[in-house]
Amino acid sequence: MTLSRRTVSDWLWPLVVFGALAFIPKIGAHIPKLFDQPIDSPGTLALLSACLLYGALALTYDLQFGFTGLLSFGHALYIALGVYLSNIAITDWHWSFWPSILFTMAVAFVLANVLGFVSLRVSGIAFAMVTLAFAQAGAVLALKDPHHWTHGEEGLGADYTKLPQAFVGIVNTKNLYWLALAFLAVVFFIVRWAVDSSPGRIWQAIRENESRVEVLGLRPRAYKLQAFVLSSTLAAAGGIVYMLLYNGSTLAVTQPNFTLTLLLMVVIGGAGSRWGAVLGGILYTYLDDRLVAIGNSSTVEGLPHVLRTPIEQPLFLLGAIFILIVVFLPGGVAGLAARGRPSGLRRIEAAVRPEAEGA
Amino acid sequence: MSTFFLLTVTGLGLGAMYFLIASGLSLIYGLMGVLNFAHGAFITVGSYGTWWSSQHVFDGVHSALWRWLLSSLLGLALGGVFAAFVELILIRPLYSRHIEQVLVTVGLQLAFVALVTGIWGPDAKTFVVPPWLHETTDIAGAHIPNDRWIEIATAGAVLGLLQLFLRKTRYGLIIRAGVENRAMVQALGIDVRKAFTLVFAIGGIAAAIAGVLSGVYFTTVNPDQGTSLLIFAFIVVVIGGLGSIGGSAAAAVVVGLVQQYTNYYASSGVGDMIVVLLLGLVLLARPRGFAGAVVGARA
Repeated sequence: MTLSRRTVSDWLWPLVVFGALAFIPKIGAHIPKLFDQPIDSPGTLALLSACLLYGALALTYDLQFGFTGLLSFGHALYIALGVYLSNIAITDWHWSFWPSILFTMAVAFVLANVLGFVSLRVSGIAFAMVTLAFAQAGAVLALKDPHHWTHGEEGLGADYTKLPQAFVGIVNTKNLYWLALAFLAVVFFIVRWAVDSSPGRIWQAIRENESRVEVLGLRPRAYKLQAFVLSSTLAAAGGIVYMLLYNGSTLAVTQPNFTLTLLLMVVIGGAGSRWGAVLGGILYTYLDDRLVAIGNSSTVEGLPHVLRTPIEQPLFLLGAIFILIVVFLPGGVAGLAARGRPSGLRRIEAAVRPEAEGA
Repeated sequence: MSTFFLLTVTGLGLGAMYFLIASGLSLIYGLMGVLNFAHGAFITVGSYGTWWSSQHVFDGVHSALWRWLLSSLLGLALGGVFAAFVELILIRPLYSRHIEQVLVTVGLQLAFVALVTGIWGPDAKTFVVPPWLHETTDIAGAHIPNDRWIEIATAGAVLGLLQLFLRKTRYGLIIRAGVENRAMVQALGIDVRKAFTLVFAIGGIAAAIAGVLSGVYFTTVNPDQGTSLLIFAFIVVVIGGLGSIGGSAAAAVVVGLVQQYTNYYASSGVGDMIVVLLLGLVLLARPRGFAGAVVGARA
């Protein structure tokens, strides 16, 4: 039996890649320039888990941005919901683990439906602003903490006695790595399946030309809501993984900048491409961590103040890389493989174009 | 009653800053279709430019008033020049690629905040102003801080000047026509691109004024101040109707007042939530905002 090229690229390659990644915690080697510590040390594994998790979160964002053409500035709201609500249920309300998870997912699903329904009344840039506003409301709620659940700026450490013991403590960093990897694989295959389903094809058609979809007698808004709800619910699940990985919740995930960093990851990797988004998330997280280490290294300390300051701020460098990619390489890293076909941002353009232009 | 009066004036002061930011955002969006995240950077250029020059350029000036005024003027000039350069260098090469323009401004905003944090640190800097600005005047039994009047008067003056510019000058006419229908203006042989740089410069100056006033209002400046003001300005722009200066002014007043009243009479934070709720309601009822300008919903 010969496998079709499609089966190979859709199933075989991802399985091989994720399978290979699963063996990383078993490697005892030390790669000096790449990591500070041996690969199987908790420090390196924690960084790698974060990379995989952000790869998955970037992919959930790409589902609405790259595949459906919805530019949201409020994706962080759903991630933060996963991070906080699961933790609040476990730590503040003393629920046990699984009911908390199920409750969080149910709330995320309902909230995504309600807010998506309202925000999708407008499209393009107005949609971006409305989602930003809702996320801001969530951030204010988490900060002001009217019910004494989130503990505001202190953050909320998880009650570890209620968490599955396999995910608690530094000896179990390996398991957390596998959890992050499993989550990435699940999101990857769900996105694969979703964008290939018949609604998924309509999402992509909406991205390319919404009016044409309307002319065909379909209602774009209902389909956009589907993509929004799926993406947001997956994001909330990612939030729960985040809570387990970091053992609690902090306000950083509620900030509008959190969504913007996801946007940076997706664009750097390549919008509208599964591997691109994942790669963007992994690269960004890795660089964000390593650039700080480089900034503190002895070579940099010798530099004059003017040069040292930007290097010590990873976000400055990453922001600059991002601008260069937007201007010179709109397909992102994945676009390098597209060989002249329109890819990445060029394909999303039509979806965000203001009406005044088409009038 | 005196509390109510104080809240009203403070709310108007806050609304004044929202309006200064929103007016530029709204014009830029109306004319060019760019949601300008870099507006946060313009605010920061204004506030840090003023703070820095009052420490390093005009530190010899003895009169606190003049020192503040001169450094503010330099801050505004920096804001305008910076904004014009952003348009020329980053926005213009991406002409008619809206999403990429938006993304570039997002990247610029993030990188700029990081740069300012790197150079001057994340801590708040004390903003030097003439002492009488922080004294209070008693009106109707309320102790009103004097700076509120400056904020309201400045925003009023900017609103007046902008309207005068838009209605009475040739460039104002081109900008208004461009907001209505850019293709038509181009078809008439007018180079709209000059107007693009101009609205960026105007927006940059207005945002820098907001930066200076935020330094006065909060008595300190920090690298993230621009971002937090920007988000409420976005809400003001959507509620007011994209592309409409009058709509922005009305929405800024409403948002500022509602925020102050509810943060006081209900509890802190509720005001911010109510404002978001207001946005949701406005969008449900009128997807194009109060003023119902060109954009917002797909036809």
